[in-house]
Amino acid sequence: MPIIKVENLIKKFGNVTAVNDVSFNVEEGTIFGFLGPNGAGKTTTINILCALLSPTSGRAFIDGHDCAKESALVRKSIGIVFQDTTLDKDLTAEENLIFHAYLYNVEKSERQKRVDDALKFVDLFSRKDDLVKKFSGGMKRKLEVARGLIHRPKVLFLDEPTLGLDPQSRTNLWEFIIELPKKHNVTIFMTTHYMEEAEVCNDIAIIDNGKIIASGSPAELKKIVGGDVIYLKTKDNLKAVDEVKKVLNVDASVKDGEIFISTIKGDACIPELIRTLGDSVLSVRLQRPTLNDVFLKLTGKEIREEGGSGSDTIKEDVRAYRRRHS
Amino acid sequence: MEFNAIYVIVAREFKKFVREKSRLISAIARPLVWLFLVGAGMSRLVAPVGGVSYMQFIFPGILGMTILFSSMFSSISIIWDKEFGFMKEILVAPVSRFSIVIGKALSGTIISTIQAVIVLALFPFLGLKLGILNIIGVILICTTVSFSISAFGIVLATFYESYESFSVIMNFIIMPMFFLSGAMYPVKLLPEILKFVAKLNPLTYGVDALKHVISPLATGPMSPDFNVFVDIGVIIAMSVVFVLIGGKAFERKG
Repeated sequence: MPIIKVENLIKKFGNVTAVNDVSFNVEEGTIFGFLGPNGAGKTTTINILCALLSPTSGRAFIDGHDCAKESALVRKSIGIVFQDTTLDKDLTAEENLIFHAYLYNVEKSERQKRVDDALKFVDLFSRKDDLVKKFSGGMKRKLEVARGLIHRPKVLFLDEPTLGLDPQSRTNLWEFIIELPKKHNVTIFMTTHYMEEAEVCNDIAIIDNGKIIASGSPAELKKIVGGDVIYLKTKDNLKAVDEVKKVLNVDASVKDGEIFISTIKGDACIPELIRTLGDSVLSVRLQRPTLNDVFLKLTGKEIREEGGSGSDTIKEDVRAYRRRHS
Repeated sequence: MEFNAIYVIVAREFKKFVREKSRLISAIARPLVWLFLVGAGMSRLVAPVGGVSYMQFIFPGILGMTILFSSMFSSISIIWDKEFGFMKEILVAPVSRFSIVIGKALSGTIISTIQAVIVLALFPFLGLKLGILNIIGVILICTTVSFSISAFGIVLATFYESYESFSVIMNFIIMPMFFLSGAMYPVKLLPEILKFVAKLNPLTYGVDALKHVISPLATGPMSPDFNVFVDIGVIIAMSVVFVLIGGKAFERKG
């Protein structure tokens, strides 16, 4: 049985339809990526799943509990890391976690141990008595993830977990996130608009304008744009093209002084190419499709194109950050 | 009701209150300024009536003011929590909205009562004579009034989204509540229209109940305006109403 089940979910705000007939399932123990540009309906869907919003129609279940009707049971089975930090900056790291443990009614005998374990897990045990306002963006995000796991949820929601982090912290956080399902026996539901980050997901659903426009594993989705491309330079390109077509049985053509080969498994093709062409090969370059290409193909636009307006200064900062980094 | 959740909401506020020394100092300074600068000046203009000096007359009102400001500030911190995101951490937890409101109201109650007790310690300097029973009475009334005003502040906070609205609350709600509570001048001397507004003000009944206990022998204009049982009944009834409205408002806005 899937741990998250969403059936024909619709959410309207006035005459704006934020989520338009969305259905999907998430299997237990996997990392599920919910992708789409800002304003596509990702956060609205999360808010419905977390029982913070009730849907206009349709149903959503977490671990068999109806999100609209059994909010207390749903909330007990989930942990959430929101886009913007929800830590109390004027409390210490440890105090923030203790607060969480009480809030989720963690047993007295377990409380301190779970808090200590969580702090150790994110390498912040030595800083446990520091006020959170002294922490960097990456540390805060990790602390939030650790906090979200204290009550042993079945599903952990991560809403744009790497937003606003520098590249090094992002990599660091990802290494940490991909270990979560195994180490903590938890299913990860994450949203992102960084297509390259979604590569770690087992399954992905791409949402645009409130509708799911594609879903599947990253590899399946990439097939939509037609596999890998190999760029090859040889001493005699015309001769090589004929040979490649004949021996490897792939589509190849010469373009701007390079041979352009389109294939499904580019990496496996390369050794065979070299064997076939031998010494005449001057250079080989493999280009794999990205999920961004998938999005571009499906919608005709880049995922990072921003729309909508926001007065919130934090959002403004985030936008400024994205402008600098995209 | 989730007692662990209520406990930890209160513990958080208390910890932050103890940490922020400047908040405590300004909370104590405000009543002192009113009592000794405004009160001492006005004493020159207002003669004692029935053995009660003006400074003694406003002392219950100054306690009420201490409670008003600290309870309102404590509850309005909900707006800060919303602004800085922490409220979401509480709202997604498996905790009823009712427990959140109770937790927040108790936070305000404890913090306000502590401050009121500090101000209360000034009574010998004003020539007041309070027995142990009167002191206990004053503290009990302060606790009840603190709860009621804190709950009222929570209701207000659920309607405001950003801290820009804070000055609106300060100027259009907190200050009028203070002046129309009988703190500085008796409600019975107010014009009819203001008398009507004063009767809607929860703080009026709190200040009045304190007058009963602090200057029980006062007569004439300096005497309390209502029956002490009416005072206590209204405070408790208003507390219940505010908690219920606050819980509902949280449920809706959540």
